[in-house]
Amino acid sequence: MAILFFFYFAGVIVLTSILVVTLRNPIYSVLSLLIMFFHVAGLYVTLEAEFLAAVQIIVYAGAILVLYLFVVMLLNVKREERYHSQFPLAALLGITILTEVLMLAFLRGFSSEAPAVAPAVGDSAQPGEAIAGTGNTETIGEALYSTYLFPFEVASLILLVAMIGAIVLAKKKVGEGEA
Amino acid sequence: MAEVGLKLAFSLAQIAVVMGIVLLTVMVLTLAERKVLGWMQDRMGPMEVGPYGILQPIADGLKLFFKEDIIPAGANKFLFSLAPILSLVPALIGFAVVPFGPSRTVELFGYQFQPFVISDINIGILYILAFTSIGAYGVILGGWASNSKYSLLGGLRSAAQVISYELNVGLAIVGVLLLAGSLSLVKITEAQAGGFWHWYVFAFPFPQIFAFVVYVISAVAETNRVPFDLPEAESELVAGFFTEYSGMRFAFFFLAEYANMILVSCIAAALFLGGWNAPYPGTLLPENLAWIEGVVWFAAKVYFFLFLFFWLRATLPRLRYDQLMRFGWKVMLPIALGNILVTSIAAYLFPKG
Repeated sequence: MAILFFFYFAGVIVLTSILVVTLRNPIYSVLSLLIMFFHVAGLYVTLEAEFLAAVQIIVYAGAILVLYLFVVMLLNVKREERYHSQFPLAALLGITILTEVLMLAFLRGFSSEAPAVAPAVGDSAQPGEAIAGTGNTETIGEALYSTYLFPFEVASLILLVAMIGAIVLAKKKVGEGEA
Repeated sequence: MAEVGLKLAFSLAQIAVVMGIVLLTVMVLTLAERKVLGWMQDRMGPMEVGPYGILQPIADGLKLFFKEDIIPAGANKFLFSLAPILSLVPALIGFAVVPFGPSRTVELFGYQFQPFVISDINIGILYILAFTSIGAYGVILGGWASNSKYSLLGGLRSAAQVISYELNVGLAIVGVLLLAGSLSLVKITEAQAGGFWHWYVFAFPFPQIFAFVVYVISAVAETNRVPFDLPEAESELVAGFFTEYSGMRFAFFFLAEYANMILVSCIAAALFLGGWNAPYPGTLLPENLAWIEGVVWFAAKVYFFLFLFFWLRATLPRLRYDQLMRFGWKVMLPIALGNILVTSIAAYLFPKG
């Protein structure tokens, strides 16, 4: 059952991701992206990460994508023709990445062993046990503010810098606004 | 297998009942809004259909059902049809996690069921926030697909407004979450049992009265109601994003607006006013009938908020667009952030038992 759900979500994610870049109408691209975000959230739910799923929808689908849609509508681009002469470059990049993926696959072999992941909470506890004990949200909170505190602080600092940058860009010079 | 089938049947029955009640409440609200507005303006309100006009919602529904369905020339047919659905579904889906009554279990054919909440998931409030944010797509896409200047302007205004005020809604409820230590609406409501001084509006260690005010104002803005009804400002934009809609598609937008009003009222009641808890400790009715009391108190609180919506509509003029944005970002946001700061300090100094 879980496998079935995984392949459904994964399939739709791949399909809609391709549609995002191939569709000519930017509005339809945004809608494909919306469907993709929902299926990524669904994938999180199958992994028992409900908090992440909800945050995924609130942040990406609810805020960022609405802003995209806003800009696309304000610019009123019905069909975007500018970026369609990039086939040679795209093919070169695509072949490079495909080669890398294939090489990795052949070197490592197609073993079903999961890649080693750093344990999030404690050393002995299985991820599933930790979640069952306290709950998904608490587990993420604990991990974020203890094990991964430094990356968390760095990320918030980067966001702060971006925010200050936006304010500086948008600010009028003193005296200019009074006219 | 029998267990799965039984649970499915019970859930479907619950969903049917909740949807029935919500849609019935919408019907009542359409009449109540016109009546309340009428009385506040010293008029009678609708009086023609049935005694005192109480059959008006049925007449309105029949009219909408039989109206011609028009798709304007040059409109994007697919998105034009999709938008009302995208608007209505998120509004209705949020009711899945709202606790309508005491969290007790009943035993049916040897299995346990919770009768008053469809699904008690542990991220309840985030689930509702996630789906209300999707509701904005219906409005934006409806405005864009109509191929009309008024609709597009209404849709764009709505996009900016919903994003700005969604943030305030999210930040306003953080204080309550800090005090309750849970995201589940059932657990939050249970934590407020035992008299009105335990409700989070008044609760020790830090009353969430500021958060409550921010939440109510932002909720009014998020549901596009007066005085924040800029997306459909009729004196400027005809009817905003649904100018071109008629018949059942219009009815979907209409239903979505009223369902959203009920949903935000339910959340306000559950988070700040103790949900189904009575304002006095314990219950007056005997143990096996206590659920009636709980449901009645919940309904009373929800209807109080719905009345507030009408009251505001009868009282306040519409804000200008720049006023709306300035108010959201420069007044509400700092209050909500300050509330989070003070509440965290209070919750740290006085950890609950």
